[in-house]
Amino acid sequence: MSFDWGIIAGNWKFLLLQGLFGIGSFGGGTLRLAIPAMVLGSILGVVIGLCRLTHRRWISYPAVLYVEIFRGVPLVMVIFWFWFLIPQITGQRLPDYSVALAAFVVFEAAYLGEIVRAGVQSVPRGQVDAALASGLTYGEMMLHVILPQAIRNMIPSLVTQFIVIFKDTSLASIIGMMELTKAAQIVSQREIRPFEMYLFLAVVYWICAYSMSRFSRRLDSRISPDHVQSTRVLRLSS
Amino acid sequence: MTYDLQWNILWTGENGRWLLEGIWTTIRLSALSWIFACGLGVLSGALRTAPFRPLRALATCYVEFFRNVPLLVWLFFWYFGAPQVLPRAGQDWLNLHGPEFWSAVVALSVYHGARMSEVIRAGIQSVPKTLFEASVATGLSVGQAYRLILIPIALRLIIPPATNESLNLLKNSSLALTIGVAELTFMTRQVETYTARAFEALTAGTLIYLVLCLTIASVMAQVERALRIPGLIARGVRSES
Repeated sequence: MSFDWGIIAGNWKFLLLQGLFGIGSFGGGTLRLAIPAMVLGSILGVVIGLCRLTHRRWISYPAVLYVEIFRGVPLVMVIFWFWFLIPQITGQRLPDYSVALAAFVVFEAAYLGEIVRAGVQSVPRGQVDAALASGLTYGEMMLHVILPQAIRNMIPSLVTQFIVIFKDTSLASIIGMMELTKAAQIVSQREIRPFEMYLFLAVVYWICAYSMSRFSRRLDSRISPDHVQSTRVLRLSS
Repeated sequence: MTYDLQWNILWTGENGRWLLEGIWTTIRLSALSWIFACGLGVLSGALRTAPFRPLRALATCYVEFFRNVPLLVWLFFWYFGAPQVLPRAGQDWLNLHGPEFWSAVVALSVYHGARMSEVIRAGIQSVPKTLFEASVATGLSVGQAYRLILIPIALRLIIPPATNESLNLLKNSSLALTIGVAELTFMTRQVETYTARAFEALTAGTLIYLVLCLTIASVMAQVERALRIPGLIARGVRSES
Protein backbone atom coordinates (compact mmCIF):
# COMPACT_ATOMS: atom_id res chain seq x y z
CA MET A 1 0.00 0.00 0.00
CA SER A 2 1.52 3.29 -1.03
CA PHE A 3 0.20 6.73 -0.31
CA ASP A 4 0.04 9.64 -2.68
CA TRP A 5 -0.31 12.87 -0.78
CA GLY A 6 0.20 14.78 -4.01
CA ILE A 7 -3.54 14.80 -4.64
CA ILE A 8 -3.94 17.22 -1.77
CA ALA A 9 -1.29 19.58 -3.09
CA GLY A 10 -2.99 19.37 -6.47
CA ASN A 11 -6.53 20.02 -5.27
CA TRP A 12 -6.24 22.22 -2.20
CA LYS A 13 -7.45 25.31 -4.02
CA PHE A 14 -10.67 23.65 -5.09
CA LEU A 15 -11.18 22.04 -1.70
CA LEU A 16 -10.52 25.06 0.49
CA LEU A 17 -11.58 28.01 -1.65
CA GLN A 18 -14.63 26.40 -3.22
CA GLY A 19 -15.52 23.84 -0.57
CA LEU A 20 -14.74 25.63 2.68
CA PHE A 21 -15.15 29.31 1.77
CA GLY A 22 -17.51 29.03 -1.19
CA ILE A 23 -15.38 31.21 -3.49
CA GLY A 24 -15.82 29.71 -6.93
CA SER A 25 -18.26 29.00 -9.68
CA PHE A 26 -20.40 26.44 -7.80
CA GLY A 27 -21.81 28.67 -5.06
CA GLY A 28 -22.38 27.02 -1.70
CA GLY A 29 -19.40 26.56 0.58
CA THR A 30 -19.27 25.27 4.14
CA LEU A 31 -18.74 28.65 5.81
CA ARG A 32 -21.23 30.42 3.60
CA LEU A 33 -23.80 27.92 4.83
CA ALA A 34 -22.64 27.63 8.44
CA ILE A 35 -22.44 31.32 9.34
CA PRO A 36 -25.92 32.36 8.15
CA ALA A 37 -27.30 29.17 9.72
CA MET A 38 -25.76 30.17 13.07
CA VAL A 39 -27.04 33.77 12.90
CA LEU A 40 -30.57 33.03 11.66
CA GLY A 41 -30.81 29.91 13.83
CA SER A 42 -29.92 31.96 16.91
CA ILE A 43 -32.58 34.56 16.12
CA LEU A 44 -35.25 31.89 15.69
CA GLY A 45 -33.82 30.14 18.75
CA VAL A 46 -34.30 33.24 20.92
CA VAL A 47 -37.91 33.50 19.74
CA ILE A 48 -38.58 29.82 20.49
CA GLY A 49 -36.77 29.89 23.82
CA LEU A 50 -38.74 32.92 24.97
CA CYS A 51 -42.01 31.42 23.70
CA ARG A 52 -41.36 28.34 25.82
CA LEU A 53 -40.93 30.52 28.89
CA THR A 54 -44.14 32.52 28.70
CA HIS A 55 -47.10 31.64 30.87
CA ARG A 56 -49.53 31.88 27.99
CA ARG A 57 -50.12 28.25 27.11
CA TRP A 58 -51.19 28.85 23.53
CA ILE A 59 -47.70 30.25 22.93
CA SER A 60 -45.60 27.96 25.09
CA TYR A 61 -47.17 24.63 24.09
CA PRO A 62 -46.48 25.00 20.35
CA ALA A 63 -42.89 25.98 21.24
CA VAL A 64 -42.49 22.85 23.39
CA LEU A 65 -43.91 20.74 20.57
CA TYR A 66 -41.54 22.36 18.08
CA VAL A 67 -38.50 21.63 20.24
CA GLU A 68 -39.52 18.07 21.08
CA ILE A 69 -40.32 17.15 17.47
CA PHE A 70 -37.12 18.49 15.98
CA ARG A 71 -34.98 17.04 18.73
CA GLY A 72 -36.55 13.61 18.20
CA VAL A 73 -35.86 13.44 14.47
CA PRO A 74 -32.54 13.08 12.62
CA LEU A 75 -31.29 16.11 10.73
CA VAL A 76 -31.14 14.06 7.51
CA MET A 77 -34.88 13.52 7.77
CA VAL A 78 -35.48 17.27 8.19
CA ILE A 79 -33.29 18.03 5.17
CA PHE A 80 -35.29 15.56 3.06
CA TRP A 81 -38.53 17.13 4.29
CA PHE A 82 -37.41 20.57 3.17
CA TRP A 83 -36.13 19.21 -0.10
CA PHE A 84 -39.57 17.80 -0.78
CA LEU A 85 -41.79 20.47 0.80
CA ILE A 86 -40.23 23.70 -0.47
CA PRO A 87 -40.91 22.99 -4.17
CA GLN A 88 -44.42 21.80 -3.22
CA ILE A 89 -45.23 25.02 -1.39
CA THR A 90 -43.48 27.58 -3.56
CA GLY A 91 -44.16 25.78 -6.83
CA GLN A 92 -40.60 26.13 -8.05
CA ARG A 93 -37.26 24.46 -7.45
CA LEU A 94 -34.99 26.50 -5.23
CA PRO A 95 -31.21 26.13 -5.28
CA ASP A 96 -29.79 23.45 -2.97
CA TYR A 97 -28.20 26.19 -0.90
CA SER A 98 -31.54 27.73 0.11
CA VAL A 99 -33.05 24.35 0.90
CA ALA A 100 -30.10 23.42 3.09
CA LEU A 101 -30.05 26.79 4.84
CA ALA A 102 -33.79 26.65 5.58
CA ALA A 103 -33.48 23.12 6.97
CA PHE A 104 -30.50 24.05 9.17
CA VAL A 105 -32.11 27.19 10.57
CA VAL A 106 -35.34 25.40 11.48
CA PHE A 107 -33.62 22.32 12.88
CA GLU A 108 -30.88 24.03 14.89
CA ALA A 109 -33.31 26.60 16.27
CA ALA A 110 -34.85 23.80 18.35
CA TYR A 111 -31.49 23.13 20.05
CA LEU A 112 -30.57 26.83 20.29
CA GLY A 113 -34.00 27.54 21.78
CA GLU A 114 -33.27 25.10 24.60
CA ILE A 115 -29.94 26.84 25.25
CA VAL A 116 -31.70 30.22 25.39
CA ARG A 117 -34.29 28.83 27.79
CA ALA A 118 -31.64 27.37 30.09
CA GLY A 119 -29.71 30.66 29.93
CA VAL A 120 -32.73 32.78 30.84
CA GLN A 121 -33.66 30.39 33.64
CA SER A 122 -30.16 30.72 35.07
CA VAL A 123 -30.78 34.42 35.77
CA PRO A 124 -31.97 34.85 39.37
CA ARG A 125 -35.70 35.35 39.74
CA GLY A 126 -35.15 38.56 41.72
CA GLN A 127 -33.88 40.28 38.57
CA VAL A 128 -37.27 39.83 36.91
CA ASP A 129 -39.15 41.14 39.92
CA ALA A 130 -36.81 44.11 40.30
CA ALA A 131 -37.03 45.02 36.62
CA LEU A 132 -40.82 44.82 36.57
CA ALA A 133 -41.07 46.70 39.86
CA SER A 134 -38.99 49.53 38.46
CA GLY A 135 -41.62 50.02 35.77
CA LEU A 136 -40.12 48.30 32.73
CA THR A 137 -42.47 46.48 30.39
CA TYR A 138 -42.01 42.74 29.76
CA GLY A 139 -40.21 43.44 26.48
CA GLU A 140 -37.89 46.05 27.98
CA MET A 141 -37.13 43.79 30.91
CA MET A 142 -36.14 40.93 28.59
CA LEU A 143 -34.09 43.10 26.27
CA HIS A 144 -32.22 45.24 28.81
CA VAL A 145 -32.06 43.17 31.97
CA ILE A 146 -32.54 39.43 31.44
CA LEU A 147 -31.05 38.67 28.02
CA PRO A 148 -27.71 40.48 28.58
CA GLN A 149 -27.16 38.42 31.72
CA ALA A 150 -28.51 35.24 30.15
CA ILE A 151 -26.22 35.54 27.15
CA ARG A 152 -23.15 35.37 29.37
CA ASN A 153 -24.34 32.11 30.86
CA MET A 154 -25.28 30.81 27.45
CA ILE A 155 -21.99 31.41 25.67
CA PRO A 156 -20.29 28.07 26.39
CA SER A 157 -23.26 25.97 25.27
CA LEU A 158 -23.88 28.35 22.40
CA VAL A 159 -20.36 27.93 21.05
CA THR A 160 -20.63 24.15 21.50
CA GLN A 161 -23.80 24.23 19.43
CA PHE A 162 -22.13 26.44 16.80
CA ILE A 163 -19.41 23.82 16.45
CA VAL A 164 -22.16 21.21 16.03
CA ILE A 165 -23.76 23.36 13.31
CA PHE A 166 -20.41 23.73 11.58
CA LYS A 167 -19.98 19.96 11.58
CA ASP A 168 -23.61 19.36 10.59
CA THR A 169 -23.22 21.41 7.40
CA SER A 170 -21.41 18.38 5.97
CA LEU A 171 -24.87 16.83 5.63
CA ALA A 172 -25.76 19.39 2.97
CA SER A 173 -23.66 17.26 0.62
CA ILE A 174 -26.41 14.63 0.75
CA ILE A 175 -28.72 16.82 -1.31
CA GLY A 176 -25.82 17.75 -3.56
CA MET A 177 -24.87 21.18 -2.24
CA MET A 178 -21.27 22.05 -3.00
CA GLU A 179 -19.40 22.33 0.28
CA LEU A 180 -16.24 20.90 1.81
CA THR A 181 -17.44 17.30 2.07
CA LYS A 182 -18.98 17.33 -1.41
CA ALA A 183 -15.80 18.83 -2.87
CA ALA A 184 -13.74 16.11 -1.20
CA GLN A 185 -16.11 13.44 -2.51
CA ILE A 186 -15.67 14.74 -6.05
CA VAL A 187 -11.89 14.85 -5.79
CA SER A 188 -11.78 11.43 -4.16
CA GLN A 189 -13.88 9.88 -6.91
CA ARG A 190 -11.78 11.47 -9.64
CA GLU A 191 -8.43 10.55 -8.16
CA ILE A 192 -9.47 7.23 -6.54
CA ARG A 193 -7.50 8.13 -3.43
CA PRO A 194 -10.16 7.93 -0.69
CA PHE A 195 -7.82 7.26 2.23
CA GLU A 196 -5.65 10.34 1.74
CA MET A 197 -8.60 12.52 0.75
CA TYR A 198 -10.87 11.72 3.68
CA LEU A 199 -8.05 11.89 6.18
CA PHE A 200 -7.20 15.36 4.87
CA LEU A 201 -10.90 16.28 5.06
CA ALA A 202 -11.00 15.14 8.68
CA VAL A 203 -7.94 17.25 9.49
CA VAL A 204 -9.46 20.38 7.92
CA TYR A 205 -12.70 19.97 9.86
CA TRP A 206 -10.73 19.23 12.98
CA ILE A 207 -8.61 22.38 12.71
CA CYS A 208 -11.71 24.56 12.31
CA ALA A 209 -13.78 22.91 15.04
CA TYR A 210 -10.93 22.60 17.52
CA SER A 211 -9.86 26.22 17.15
CA MET A 212 -13.48 27.26 17.74
CA SER A 213 -13.56 25.24 20.95
CA ARG A 214 -10.21 26.68 22.14
CA PHE A 215 -11.47 30.17 21.40
CA SER A 216 -14.64 29.53 23.38
CA ARG A 217 -12.66 28.29 26.35
CA ARG A 218 -10.63 31.51 26.38
CA LEU A 219 -13.71 33.64 25.94
CA ASP A 220 -15.43 31.69 28.67
CA SER A 221 -12.74 32.25 31.27
CA ARG A 222 -12.59 35.96 30.45
CA ILE A 223 -16.23 37.01 30.55
CA SER A 224 -17.85 34.62 32.99
CA PRO A 225 -19.09 36.16 36.18
CA ASP A 226 -18.06 34.36 39.35
CA HIS A 227 -21.30 32.52 39.98
CA VAL A 228 -20.93 30.80 36.64
CA GLN A 229 -17.39 29.82 37.48
CA SER A 230 -18.49 27.89 40.53
CA THR A 231 -20.94 25.74 38.59
CA ARG A 232 -18.46 25.01 35.87
CA VAL A 233 -17.48 21.56 37.11
CA LEU A 234 -21.03 20.36 36.61
CA ARG A 235 -21.26 21.46 33.03
CA LEU A 236 -20.69 19.00 30.21
CA SER A 237 -18.73 19.13 26.99
CA SER A 238 -17.52 22.68 27.08
CA MET B 1 -50.74 22.89 -2.97
CA THR B 2 -52.76 19.98 -4.26
CA TYR B 3 -51.74 16.61 -3.02
CA ASP B 4 -54.09 13.76 -2.22
CA LEU B 5 -52.84 11.57 0.56
CA GLN B 6 -52.76 7.79 0.14
CA TRP B 7 -51.62 6.36 3.42
CA ASN B 8 -52.24 2.78 2.34
CA ILE B 9 -49.07 2.83 0.21
CA LEU B 10 -47.20 2.41 3.47
CA TRP B 11 -48.37 -1.17 3.94
CA THR B 12 -49.25 -2.35 0.45
CA GLY B 13 -46.79 -4.33 -1.66
CA GLU B 14 -43.19 -4.48 -0.54
CA ASN B 15 -43.28 -1.13 1.26
CA GLY B 16 -44.40 -2.34 4.67
CA ARG B 17 -41.72 -5.01 4.72
CA TRP B 18 -39.08 -2.48 3.66
CA LEU B 19 -39.96 -0.13 6.47
CA LEU B 20 -39.87 -2.95 9.02
CA GLU B 21 -36.50 -4.10 7.70
CA GLY B 22 -35.31 -0.51 7.94
CA ILE B 23 -36.38 -0.28 11.58
CA TRP B 24 -34.65 -3.57 12.34
CA THR B 25 -31.40 -2.45 10.69
CA THR B 26 -31.49 0.90 12.47
CA ILE B 27 -31.96 -0.84 15.82
CA ARG B 28 -29.25 -3.42 15.13
CA LEU B 29 -26.79 -0.78 13.91
CA SER B 30 -27.48 1.57 16.82
CA ALA B 31 -27.43 -1.12 19.49
CA LEU B 32 -24.15 -2.62 18.33
CA SER B 33 -22.50 0.80 17.96
CA TRP B 34 -23.90 1.84 21.31
CA ILE B 35 -22.24 -1.10 23.07
CA PHE B 36 -18.85 -0.35 21.49
CA ALA B 37 -19.26 3.41 22.03
CA CYS B 38 -20.00 2.86 25.72
CA GLY B 39 -16.95 0.63 26.05
CA LEU B 40 -14.70 3.18 24.39
CA GLY B 41 -16.35 6.02 26.30
CA VAL B 42 -15.95 4.41 29.71
CA LEU B 43 -12.35 3.45 29.00
CA SER B 44 -11.23 6.82 27.63
CA GLY B 45 -13.42 8.81 30.02
CA ALA B 46 -11.87 7.05 32.99
CA LEU B 47 -8.37 7.40 31.55
CA ARG B 48 -8.87 11.15 31.21
CA THR B 49 -9.26 11.44 34.94
CA ALA B 50 -6.46 8.98 35.76
CA PRO B 51 -3.53 10.27 37.80
CA PHE B 52 -0.96 9.43 35.14
CA ARG B 53 -0.15 11.98 32.49
CA PRO B 54 0.64 9.94 29.33
CA LEU B 55 -2.60 7.99 29.72
CA ARG B 56 -4.56 11.21 30.10
CA ALA B 57 -2.89 12.69 27.03
CA LEU B 58 -3.63 9.60 24.95
CA ALA B 59 -7.31 9.65 25.89
CA THR B 60 -7.55 13.40 25.31
CA CYS B 61 -6.06 13.05 21.82
CA TYR B 62 -8.59 10.36 20.97
CA VAL B 63 -11.55 12.39 22.20
CA GLU B 64 -10.53 15.73 20.75
CA PHE B 65 -9.67 14.31 17.35
CA PHE B 66 -12.73 12.17 16.82
CA ARG B 67 -15.45 14.38 18.18
CA ASN B 68 -14.35 17.51 16.32
CA VAL B 69 -14.81 15.98 12.87
CA PRO B 70 -18.29 15.43 11.38
CA LEU B 71 -19.64 11.90 11.59
CA LEU B 72 -20.31 11.94 7.84
CA VAL B 73 -16.59 12.41 7.19
CA TRP B 74 -15.80 9.48 9.47
CA LEU B 75 -18.34 7.33 7.66
CA PHE B 76 -16.70 8.09 4.32
CA PHE B 77 -13.27 7.56 5.81
CA TRP B 78 -14.06 4.17 7.34
CA TYR B 79 -16.04 2.98 4.34
CA PHE B 80 -14.04 4.29 1.37
CA GLY B 81 -10.65 5.02 2.84
CA ALA B 82 -9.77 2.67 5.67
CA PRO B 83 -10.39 -0.73 3.99
CA GLN B 84 -7.63 -0.08 1.45
CA VAL B 85 -5.00 0.00 4.19
CA LEU B 86 -6.34 -3.18 5.80
CA PRO B 87 -4.40 -6.42 5.26
CA ARG B 88 -5.77 -8.76 2.62
CA ALA B 89 -7.49 -11.06 5.14
CA GLY B 90 -9.33 -8.14 6.73
CA GLN B 91 -10.59 -6.92 3.35
CA ASP B 92 -11.87 -10.40 2.51
CA TRP B 93 -13.66 -10.68 5.82
CA LEU B 94 -15.30 -7.28 5.29
CA ASN B 95 -16.46 -8.14 1.78
CA LEU B 96 -18.04 -11.33 3.05
CA HIS B 97 -19.84 -9.71 5.98
CA GLY B 98 -21.17 -6.52 4.42
CA PRO B 99 -18.62 -3.70 4.42
CA GLU B 100 -21.30 -0.97 4.63
CA PHE B 101 -22.76 -2.18 7.89
CA TRP B 102 -19.44 -2.77 9.63
CA SER B 103 -17.93 0.51 8.46
CA ALA B 104 -20.98 2.27 9.84
CA VAL B 105 -20.59 0.41 13.15
CA VAL B 106 -16.94 1.45 13.41
CA ALA B 107 -17.66 5.07 12.47
CA LEU B 108 -20.57 5.40 14.90
CA SER B 109 -18.73 3.63 17.73
CA VAL B 110 -15.54 5.64 17.47
CA TYR B 111 -17.30 8.99 17.02
CA HIS B 112 -19.86 8.47 19.75
CA GLY B 113 -17.25 6.80 21.95
CA ALA B 114 -15.43 10.13 21.96
CA ARG B 115 -18.60 12.04 22.77
CA MET B 116 -19.63 9.51 25.40
CA SER B 117 -16.19 9.92 26.91
CA GLU B 118 -16.92 13.61 27.59
CA VAL B 119 -20.17 12.71 29.31
CA ILE B 120 -18.44 10.09 31.43
CA ARG B 121 -15.52 12.36 32.32
CA ALA B 122 -17.94 15.04 33.51
CA GLY B 123 -19.76 12.35 35.51
CA ILE B 124 -16.57 11.16 37.16
CA GLN B 125 -15.44 14.70 37.87
CA SER B 126 -18.74 15.56 39.48
CA VAL B 127 -18.15 12.83 42.05
CA PRO B 128 -16.59 14.66 45.01
CA LYS B 129 -12.81 14.33 45.13
CA THR B 130 -13.00 13.54 48.83
CA LEU B 131 -14.78 10.29 47.99
CA PHE B 132 -11.73 9.15 46.05
CA GLU B 133 -9.42 10.22 48.85
CA ALA B 134 -11.59 8.44 51.40
CA SER B 135 -11.63 5.20 49.42
CA VAL B 136 -7.87 5.23 48.99
CA ALA B 137 -7.47 6.05 52.68
CA THR B 138 -9.52 2.99 53.63
CA GLY B 139 -6.96 0.84 51.83
CA LEU B 140 -8.44 0.39 48.38
CA SER B 141 -6.06 0.53 45.45
CA VAL B 142 -6.62 3.18 42.77
CA GLY B 143 -8.13 0.51 40.52
CA GLN B 144 -10.46 -0.68 43.25
CA ALA B 145 -11.51 2.84 44.12
CA TYR B 146 -12.52 3.38 40.50
CA ARG B 147 -14.22 0.00 40.12
CA LEU B 148 -16.06 -0.14 43.41
CA ILE B 149 -16.75 3.47 44.34
CA LEU B 150 -16.25 6.11 41.67
CA ILE B 151 -17.63 4.36 38.59
CA PRO B 152 -20.87 3.02 40.17
CA ILE B 153 -21.69 6.49 41.51
CA ALA B 154 -20.64 8.32 38.35
CA LEU B 155 -22.67 5.92 36.20
CA ARG B 156 -25.83 6.94 38.03
CA LEU B 157 -25.04 10.64 37.70
CA ILE B 158 -24.50 10.34 33.98
CA ILE B 159 -27.75 8.55 33.15
CA PRO B 160 -29.55 11.71 31.90
CA PRO B 161 -26.75 13.07 29.68
CA ALA B 162 -25.82 9.55 28.53
CA THR B 163 -29.44 8.95 27.49
CA ASN B 164 -29.27 12.15 25.51
CA GLU B 165 -26.10 10.99 23.84
CA SER B 166 -27.54 7.54 23.11
CA LEU B 167 -30.50 9.16 21.39
CA ASN B 168 -28.03 11.20 19.34
CA LEU B 169 -26.42 7.95 18.29
CA LEU B 170 -29.78 6.52 17.25
CA LYS B 171 -30.57 9.62 15.22
CA ASN B 172 -27.08 9.77 13.73
CA SER B 173 -27.35 6.18 12.55
CA SER B 174 -29.51 7.68 9.79
CA LEU B 175 -26.31 9.01 8.18
CA ALA B 176 -25.39 5.43 7.32
CA LEU B 177 -27.69 5.78 4.32
CA THR B 178 -24.92 7.74 2.61
CA ILE B 179 -22.75 4.63 2.40
CA GLY B 180 -25.67 2.38 1.46
CA VAL B 181 -26.72 0.75 4.73
CA ALA B 182 -30.40 -0.09 4.34
CA GLU B 183 -31.55 1.49 7.60
CA LEU B 184 -34.77 3.37 8.28
CA THR B 185 -34.01 6.61 6.42
CA PHE B 186 -32.67 4.62 3.48
CA MET B 187 -35.84 2.55 3.36
CA THR B 188 -38.01 5.65 3.68
CA ARG B 189 -36.26 7.05 0.63
CA GLN B 190 -36.71 3.75 -1.16
CA VAL B 191 -40.47 3.71 -0.50
CA GLU B 192 -40.57 7.31 -1.69
CA THR B 193 -38.71 6.44 -4.90
CA TYR B 194 -40.85 3.42 -5.74
CA THR B 195 -44.23 5.02 -4.98
CA ALA B 196 -43.48 8.71 -5.68
CA ARG B 197 -45.32 9.39 -2.42
CA ALA B 198 -42.85 11.55 -0.57
CA PHE B 199 -45.22 13.02 1.99
CA GLU B 200 -46.50 9.69 3.28
CA ALA B 201 -43.08 8.05 3.28
CA LEU B 202 -41.37 10.92 5.09
CA THR B 203 -44.19 11.12 7.63
CA ALA B 204 -43.83 7.41 8.35
CA GLY B 205 -40.06 7.70 8.80
CA THR B 206 -40.34 10.79 10.99
CA LEU B 207 -42.99 9.24 13.23
CA ILE B 208 -40.99 6.03 13.66
CA TYR B 209 -37.93 8.01 14.77
CA LEU B 210 -40.05 10.08 17.15
CA VAL B 211 -41.62 6.97 18.69
CA LEU B 212 -38.23 5.26 19.07
CA CYS B 213 -36.68 8.33 20.71
CA LEU B 214 -39.58 9.08 23.04
CA THR B 215 -39.83 5.44 24.12
CA ILE B 216 -36.14 5.23 24.98
CA ALA B 217 -36.27 8.58 26.78
CA SER B 218 -39.18 7.51 28.97
CA VAL B 219 -37.66 4.09 29.73
CA MET B 220 -34.41 5.76 30.79
CA ALA B 221 -36.28 8.21 32.99
CA GLN B 222 -37.76 5.16 34.79
CA VAL B 223 -34.32 3.58 35.11
CA GLU B 224 -32.92 6.80 36.51
CA ARG B 225 -35.61 6.87 39.18
CA ALA B 226 -35.16 3.20 40.04
CA LEU B 227 -31.39 3.41 40.48
CA ARG B 228 -31.22 6.67 42.39
CA ILE B 229 -29.09 6.51 45.52
CA PRO B 230 -31.09 8.13 48.32
CA GLY B 231 -29.39 11.17 49.77
CA LEU B 232 -26.73 11.50 47.10
CA ILE B 233 -26.31 14.91 45.39
CA ALA B 234 -29.86 14.76 44.06
CA ARG B 235 -29.40 15.60 40.42
CA GLY B 236 -25.75 15.89 39.61
CA VAL B 237 -25.07 16.51 35.98
CA ARG B 238 -27.58 17.94 33.59
CA SER B 239 -26.46 18.94 30.16
CA GLU B 240 -28.38 21.59 28.32
CA SER B 241 -27.38 20.51 24.87
